[in-house]
Amino acid sequence: MKGPSEKEETMLQRRDVLRGAGSALLATAAFGGRARAAPASQITLPFGNGERPLVAYPGKRPLIQMTSRPPQLETPFSVFDEGTITPNDAFFVRYHLAGVPTEIDPESFRLEIKGKVDKPLTLSLADLRKLDAVEITAVNQCSGNSRGFFEPRVAGGELANGAMGCARWKGVPLKAVLEQAGVQTGAKQVMFEGLDGPILEKTPDFAKALDIDHARDGEVMLAYAMNGEDLPFLNGFPLRLVVPGYYGTYWMKHLNAITVLDTTLENFWMKTAYRIPANACACTEPGKMPTATVPINRFTVRSFITNVQDGGKVKAGETALRGIAFDGGYGITDVLVSGDDGRSWTVARLGKDQGRYAFRGWEASLKLPAGEHKLRVRAMNRVGQSQPLEALWNPAGYMRNVVETTRVTAS
Amino acid sequence: MTRSAKRMTRLGAAGLALCGACLWIGAAGAKPVTYDLPEDTAQLHPGPGVEVAEAHCLTCHSPDYIAMQPAKKGQAFWTAEVTKMIKAYGAPIEEADAKTIADYLAATY
Repeated sequence: MKGPSEKEETMLQRRDVLRGAGSALLATAAFGGRARAAPASQITLPFGNGERPLVAYPGKRPLIQMTSRPPQLETPFSVFDEGTITPNDAFFVRYHLAGVPTEIDPESFRLEIKGKVDKPLTLSLADLRKLDAVEITAVNQCSGNSRGFFEPRVAGGELANGAMGCARWKGVPLKAVLEQAGVQTGAKQVMFEGLDGPILEKTPDFAKALDIDHARDGEVMLAYAMNGEDLPFLNGFPLRLVVPGYYGTYWMKHLNAITVLDTTLENFWMKTAYRIPANACACTEPGKMPTATVPINRFTVRSFITNVQDGGKVKAGETALRGIAFDGGYGITDVLVSGDDGRSWTVARLGKDQGRYAFRGWEASLKLPAGEHKLRVRAMNRVGQSQPLEALWNPAGYMRNVVETTRVTAS
Repeated sequence: MTRSAKRMTRLGAAGLALCGACLWIGAAGAKPVTYDLPEDTAQLHPGPGVEVAEAHCLTCHSPDYIAMQPAKKGQAFWTAEVTKMIKAYGAPIEEADAKTIADYLAATY
């Protein structure tokens, strides 16, 4: 696995020391004793141009800052070893457009439900909280999670494996609200819009759509709470869409408008962006464009070792491994680990089942003699989907789910 | 986003920059939640054409969006990126400036 490693954390501490020394010098030389504020520390993700500052935004612990405008923050991989629920202050942040709201009044906030409905609605948060609440534990993952590992490299948000997280979402089923509004016959899709928007008038505003049957499946949710608290501001306060098993692009943040359409939404964000090759592997030959595409949809199967880092050292002998696995919502049924680069596999014990959309913890033990080893982990789901041993490629750098390799030295 | 929401966002941005306290006074009993986003810290790398890139690219995104891209991808990669900013995202960049920016990016990143 290529997450930020212990080695990097050591480097990070070393850099702190270096930076400390540097700013002390600067302080005496240039600023007469007043050092300027520097980022807390840095991390180097294991691919070219992977240097990132770790920055603590309000309400967040220090996270990997991919870009400051729009705010895009990646979760340091060590967080995934803390448990199968990702804490709110560590949850990744992804915006497309820099028109991010900086002030939201939860009392005057309204959600509009309009379009092809019998009775358009304008709902306050209090109105939504009066409806029967549901809870679901589900993974949210960015379509471009792990894009930085694509080879050949592709343009975009250059993420390691930290643009994912699993939370307990609480809210109301979208179905209930649509029923209240009365969906008219001939409805094809439901469009979602949020408070964030573009800087330039000509930039296509961010809007996404789900097919009407998907929108009414009872699982797609309007969530106002995450892990028992209000949504963090940068994770969509005060209301966001939760689309279990689907990539984060559909999980509209700051959700304030829902429009039932009798057409298929053909804006930039549906028709041009977030498209994957229309074939079984959602892949092309590296460097090639697909001939046909479809909108990105369900997660592929993924699994990670979380307690041993790539390039790490372990004690020779019995080595305990643990980690996480997830899929697009069929449910993880098997996790296998290998200590010999995939030649032989050992069945892992699965942890508590928190539902088929959640991170599934796992534990295993491998006998590792002194020397170098390539650890691999592979999961399977209820419908027999698994992970490829060699990475698949597509031009946008979406849906990476190769069987991860963690190189360790046992001594 | 809806028109009223856009107004609210602009108000938010302006409010933070010019008049942080006004938001609270204007809201009469409500408790708006404000969020203070850190400012950009990264800068574009120096190089011929950097001022043209600064004038256009940084309108919508911070310099780190450029710096994190894979290194030495060359002219075709960066020309495609600049074209995407114009065609897909509506960036108002004249042809000559677009070429200056693509040349700068290809030479510098």
